[in-house]
Amino acid sequence: MEIQPGSRLRNFHQAKWDEEVIFELSTPGQRGLHIPEVETEISDLVGDGLSSIPAGMRRATAPGLPEVGQMRVLKHYLRLSQQNLGADLNVDIGQGTCTMKYNPKINEKIAASSKAQDIHPHQDESTVQGALRVMYELDLFLREISGLDRFSLQPSSGSQAILTMAAIMHEYHQVRGQADSRDELITTIFSHPSDAAAAAVKGYRIITLYPDEQGMPDVEALKAAVSNRTAGLFITNPEDIGIFNPRIAEFTRIVHEAGGICGYDQANANGILGITRAREADFDLCFFNLHKTFGAPHGCGGPAAGALGATRELAEYLPVPVVSYDGSKYFLDYDVPHTIGKVRSFYGAFPVMLKSYAWILSMGAEGLKEAARIAVLNNNYLLKKITEIAGATSPYTGGKRRIEQVRYSWEELYNETGIDTHDVTRRMADFGFHLWQSHHPFVVPQPFTIEPTESYSKEELDEYLDGLRHVVEEARTEPQTVKSAPHNSVVHRIAESSLDDPEKWAVTWRAFLKKHGKAAAKIRS
Amino acid sequence: MKTLGLIVNPVAGMGGTVGLKGTDGPEILRRAEQLGALPQAEKRTEQALAGLVPHSDGFALLTFSGVMGEAPAAACGLKPQVIGSGSSPRTTPEDTARAARQMADRGIDLLLFAGGDGTARDICGAIGTSVTVLGIPAGVKIHSAVFASSPAAAGQVAASFLTGEIARVKEAEVMDINEEDYRRDILSARLYGYLKIPDARRLLQSLKAASAPDERTIQRAIAAGLVERMTDDRCYIVGPGTTCRPLMEMLGLDNSLLGVDMIRAGRQIGKDMSEREILEKTANTTCSLILTPVGGQGFLLGRGNQQISPEVIRRVGKENIIVIATPEKLNSQSGRPLLVDTGDVATDSYLCGYYRVVTGYREAAVYRVSCCA
Repeated sequence: MEIQPGSRLRNFHQAKWDEEVIFELSTPGQRGLHIPEVETEISDLVGDGLSSIPAGMRRATAPGLPEVGQMRVLKHYLRLSQQNLGADLNVDIGQGTCTMKYNPKINEKIAASSKAQDIHPHQDESTVQGALRVMYELDLFLREISGLDRFSLQPSSGSQAILTMAAIMHEYHQVRGQADSRDELITTIFSHPSDAAAAAVKGYRIITLYPDEQGMPDVEALKAAVSNRTAGLFITNPEDIGIFNPRIAEFTRIVHEAGGICGYDQANANGILGITRAREADFDLCFFNLHKTFGAPHGCGGPAAGALGATRELAEYLPVPVVSYDGSKYFLDYDVPHTIGKVRSFYGAFPVMLKSYAWILSMGAEGLKEAARIAVLNNNYLLKKITEIAGATSPYTGGKRRIEQVRYSWEELYNETGIDTHDVTRRMADFGFHLWQSHHPFVVPQPFTIEPTESYSKEELDEYLDGLRHVVEEARTEPQTVKSAPHNSVVHRIAESSLDDPEKWAVTWRAFLKKHGKAAAKIRS
Repeated sequence: MKTLGLIVNPVAGMGGTVGLKGTDGPEILRRAEQLGALPQAEKRTEQALAGLVPHSDGFALLTFSGVMGEAPAAACGLKPQVIGSGSSPRTTPEDTARAARQMADRGIDLLLFAGGDGTARDICGAIGTSVTVLGIPAGVKIHSAVFASSPAAAGQVAASFLTGEIARVKEAEVMDINEEDYRRDILSARLYGYLKIPDARRLLQSLKAASAPDERTIQRAIAAGLVERMTDDRCYIVGPGTTCRPLMEMLGLDNSLLGVDMIRAGRQIGKDMSEREILEKTANTTCSLILTPVGGQGFLLGRGNQQISPEVIRRVGKENIIVIATPEKLNSQSGRPLLVDTGDVATDSYLCGYYRVVTGYREAAVYRVSCCA
């Protein structure tokens, strides 16, 4: 279907390079850089550089890294970058729950300055007082925002922060001699799946609560779930469907009465900054993803920062070091009585902290609150407009407003036309938009999740809405166009059948070779 | 070139439009016609076939003459090969079964049928899981899990299967209820069997979340968790359903998919048992009862497992019931509670409440079980 006059939709076509995986580009002997032989004057003094390393620590064979010339490597990554989309290119509001807000470029400059880049974790504290002050004051800011008493900036992702919460919870029960008997972690189906997954990594049995008819976590189910086996509750609020649970204090009370710990997943706190706090809801732990709510970019898998806060009682379990101030100097403080140890080298991803520190300072307290209010306003503008599109619904709302995001449903469109949420997603890609559905398995039928944040203008939100309206119109008038989409993307279709098969999926090159054999890879001899 | 079979039960759905709750049997059909019921299935078949029209170069279509498939196909501009015809003037369940067998013999890739639970049952009886099928919902009773959610959805799922986009299949329950009872407001559905349908679950690679493992993998994970916690001092009654099957497989035991089995100390002490046999074997011993919800309605008891009677349930005790279900199955409830309908009101209300549903290895959900009424 042609783009209608007056529509804000743009014609878009993505670059396609058919680029190989870098391992497939490897040619034995090729090098990015030929390092000159060491002069004898040097080798006579220090030896070959290897034999001084204990034999047990030396690898017998060279690592299987790809062997590729410098210029080819450059082309490789530039091509991949052209095959990509991102918040700096598109209207990235269809990546619901990810909080794809604007990351000010000046903060990148600050983090890239030599003052930040040329310091080393092993430097003497007296020479990095500025960096330590940034960490200390960031901790103070986050205390104010959450109401909790101390933060560790060490976890370098949201999931790692959850794992750290699980480790703290475990140690807390260990001190009380109950770590073995309290082996159950309670969460909800609309909390982020990492709340269950990271706790399972720590060894907990996972108990998931389903919502009541209004989409709220079911408090009666919680009462049925708690026992003397309960280690704690990890929960998101508002949950991933964008509904805030006003009875959250009742949840924490029930879990506390059962002897459990309450951890608040505030990875995305974008709709409630300055409005509600973990303290008032009586949480013991909480964490913020600095790369979501606090202006730092997502690191495409890292490094990032899941800043973890604790009450005074649980601050005694935080990872070490934390940064303290004795009135005259900042220092790395290892004096944490029940510390769980380390969850990452040194103290976390400093550049990410620096960007968030700069962002918070530039916003100020009022600015943070205003960001949340605009994010909520944007979201409810979209909620109104999207539910006016015939075929789209917002299950559970019953006309009520949401916080910062909404999980919508295309179920009506699907039943009417046979066009499902994946088809809509693929067609949206033809206009340079991303549209995400939901974590698997789907709870809301034919779901899609949109989170506009505070960063996008009304014009951009309207452009995205025009995209949705266009695709829905096509679903009714020329469904085959939608069904066979995308037409303008790098990859037309991927074979999905192995994506959920542990025997076949491969997230590393080594796993790919192991599961599929060398014949499946285009390797140069 | 793929081959698609098409069977339309032309009278499906007629009873519903005039409040008869079904169209099983010639007498009811006559009453429906007297009440002015109009055929539904043909139109709904056309709605489904519309989604296949753009792909018509890629498949050959086999069907029966007239209203059993030829007519709606022709109305969509498709050119089917007619391989037989139904009875005149009215088609019968035997026609459906005969058509299904003929098509299966010809090695079709997919059988699309329009009808309701009765039609699904006829096809299940004729060809079992030998051919992949998909139902266009056209009947009054749609309790089976073999139907797409709408005619348009059926057309698109069928197209995706024929073009190879959907490559996997799964077993889905065929349920049917006794219409006579239903007209008297008594639900007495039973699990009739399984048909093989396209697994329309799609994944669409997502940057932000690895996909959950497929259904079978999760069923095995559930089984592994159960086996880990089994003890030799009690017996285990294992109810029907595909979710229970991997447990028996993992223990190297025979499984009755539609029946009730019993295990003790890793050995099978009963297979496809009746209520009486269960009661005999459970006398003076502690038991656990392993159940999974069956069918699209989420019945835990009273649909397809009536052998597990109120007396059996009382003997086992509510606290010894272990409910298992994959998250996908639980989510397909769309928030509705799981149901029990044992035929005994007191037992039903005894069973109501929140249960831990085992959903994976060391994973459970707390889910509500409610009475049918």
